[in-house]
Amino acid sequence: MTPIGPYILQILFDSLTLGSLYAMGALGIALIFGVMRLVNFAHGNFVAFCVFALLVPSTEVTARVFLGALPTPLLILVILAIGAGLSMASEIIVFRHIRQANPVTMMIASFATGFTLQYILLFLFSSRPKTVDLWAGISTPVTIAGAHIPLLQLITIGVTLVLLLSLTWLLRRTQFGIEMRGAAEDFMMARLLGVRANRIILAAFAVSGFLAASIGLILVAQSGTADIKMGLPIMLVAFVSTVIGGMGNLFGAVMAGFLVGLVTTLLQVTLPLELRGFRDALVYAAVILMLLWRPQGLFASATAKERV
Amino acid sequence: MLRRIFSPPLPPLPPLSPMPPLPPLPPLPRLPRRRAEWMNLAVPLLLIVALLVLAAFGQILGGPFERTVIEAMIRVILVMGLAIFIGNSGIVSFGHTGFMLVAAYAAAWLTMPPMMKSLALPGLPPFLAEAEYGFLTSLVASSLLAGVVGLVVGLILMRLSGIAASIASFAFLAMMYAIYANWDRVTGATSSIVGIPTYSTVWNSSLLAGLAILVAYFYGRSRFGLALRATRDEPHAAAASGISLYWQRVLAFILSSFICGIAGVSYAHFLGVLNPGAFYLDLTFIALSMLVIGGRSSLCGGVVGVIALSGFIQILRWGEQGVSWGQTTLHLPNGVQEIVIGIIMVLSLIFRPQGLIAHDPVWGQKKLPPKAKHGR
Repeated sequence: MTPIGPYILQILFDSLTLGSLYAMGALGIALIFGVMRLVNFAHGNFVAFCVFALLVPSTEVTARVFLGALPTPLLILVILAIGAGLSMASEIIVFRHIRQANPVTMMIASFATGFTLQYILLFLFSSRPKTVDLWAGISTPVTIAGAHIPLLQLITIGVTLVLLLSLTWLLRRTQFGIEMRGAAEDFMMARLLGVRANRIILAAFAVSGFLAASIGLILVAQSGTADIKMGLPIMLVAFVSTVIGGMGNLFGAVMAGFLVGLVTTLLQVTLPLELRGFRDALVYAAVILMLLWRPQGLFASATAKERV
Repeated sequence: MLRRIFSPPLPPLPPLSPMPPLPPLPPLPRLPRRRAEWMNLAVPLLLIVALLVLAAFGQILGGPFERTVIEAMIRVILVMGLAIFIGNSGIVSFGHTGFMLVAAYAAAWLTMPPMMKSLALPGLPPFLAEAEYGFLTSLVASSLLAGVVGLVVGLILMRLSGIAASIASFAFLAMMYAIYANWDRVTGATSSIVGIPTYSTVWNSSLLAGLAILVAYFYGRSRFGLALRATRDEPHAAAASGISLYWQRVLAFILSSFICGIAGVSYAHFLGVLNPGAFYLDLTFIALSMLVIGGRSSLCGGVVGVIALSGFIQILRWGEQGVSWGQTTLHLPNGVQEIVIGIIMVLSLIFRPQGLIAHDPVWGQKKLPPKAKHGR
């Protein structure tokens, strides 16, 4: 009989790690939804794109590193910049032109953008998953109170907390953050009060892309593979989290991300082996049932509510 | 003092000059005559005739062209199913491929020979495992199953507001995929199941496509279709007029999932091989592109979108297989087809967000003036 304490600690760390990824994804989506009512279906493809920026385009199975050869701090900075840049480019090339269109048109346009990006990756790298050996030794377990926690989990949770806290500071304390929150609340009014629409939307895209790049780096360190569809599962859950949290509510999105992470980990642990494949299906079913109970989301905000 | 207050009487007014006789009124402009119902019916009937002509071409040319035509017909059914819900309600659903998945697998359960079922799908209940039904039974039962799933899902999803409903429909699609890709004793999980009889021909698929067009047409003209479009264009006014947004949306959702189920059955009997991956994001994207590029709020739009994009995809496929140019053979690399379609989609959304055919004489009326933006 193993002691129960370390076991629970392990579950806690697992769910926090998974929740961190979901929360960052949900935040990236909620930020853009807040400022321009765009549901960005391309977000998962941004994640994959950032991962593939590490590699040399080729259709071979073993990947040759390209940007991955840079020294680690520089590499992280460059990938984060690529994420932000890609996101901003998508705003300038695509979304800026349909800002006045209704949300449905924008949503389909983002779906099309993501689809195009995915097949650009397929065109350059083929659809076979590739092994990427980045930062060996990052998954060595660390023993905390009898539980073996991979170092990467600690890093993931730490990075997420730092990112979330600094974003909170950015949004609450700086001129730029206040402008962005104002724009999320009432875009027209914010513009009338002198907030520059293009700049603030571009900034939201930059932050969102930055978060996508962070997710990509963590994912590739975790799994050691690069797959053109690797952003998809995270993106799906992130979407669901924004709905659970209440559309347009940043805090709600983050909390819902962690909540889904917890539920997923608990299901993973408690389900019998033959049902474990249905874990994701059960998570989605739980989400749909929750929406039956609270269609406006757990943390619905009064301003972003659609009345019909 | 009083003098100041009571001013002297005003001088009398000059006599009025006689009024000139009014010019005769111009005759009233003639109001356009209301078209008779049968004239409206001309649109779907012409579409069906066009599809039948295409089917005849497919039959005559045969071979790969025939398969392209059948596939296009099945996509017409799918897109009509989507149009019934998306076109009239204005809510995008990413989940309808899930109904296709449900119906396609149900068709496999019903029609595969029991021998093959016992090998590939040992987990089926006896009433399915030992039976082998024909095309009609499979068509009706499987589509009805999709409709029932649509009822359950619709009752839940339509409680959400527009955008949240779209995202939740995405979650539904992911859920269906996760179930069918793991339920290995009943669906064969991610491995393909083979041996489904290939009943789909040019003729029955084009007849079903015609049926789907007629259903979409009559639904659109019915009081239910009208009510749902009212909720799309003026939700507050519609609700104030006593239209239940919830029930109108649920009704359209059920009908459209049923039609998508028909598409799923035809697709299963067209491919003969099923794999849950065939009913996931790629098919969803292609179907939505066809609807949006064609025009999501018109009946013709969907059909035109399917024909235009199917033709285009076929040309790109030929390109991927290689085109001989004198001595050399030119190949388009893999993925170019999808990249080009994605770019076309983005461009068409930017430059023609209403699609190729924004309003046709059946569903759309006169173009409304642009609505004022509220609160944004």
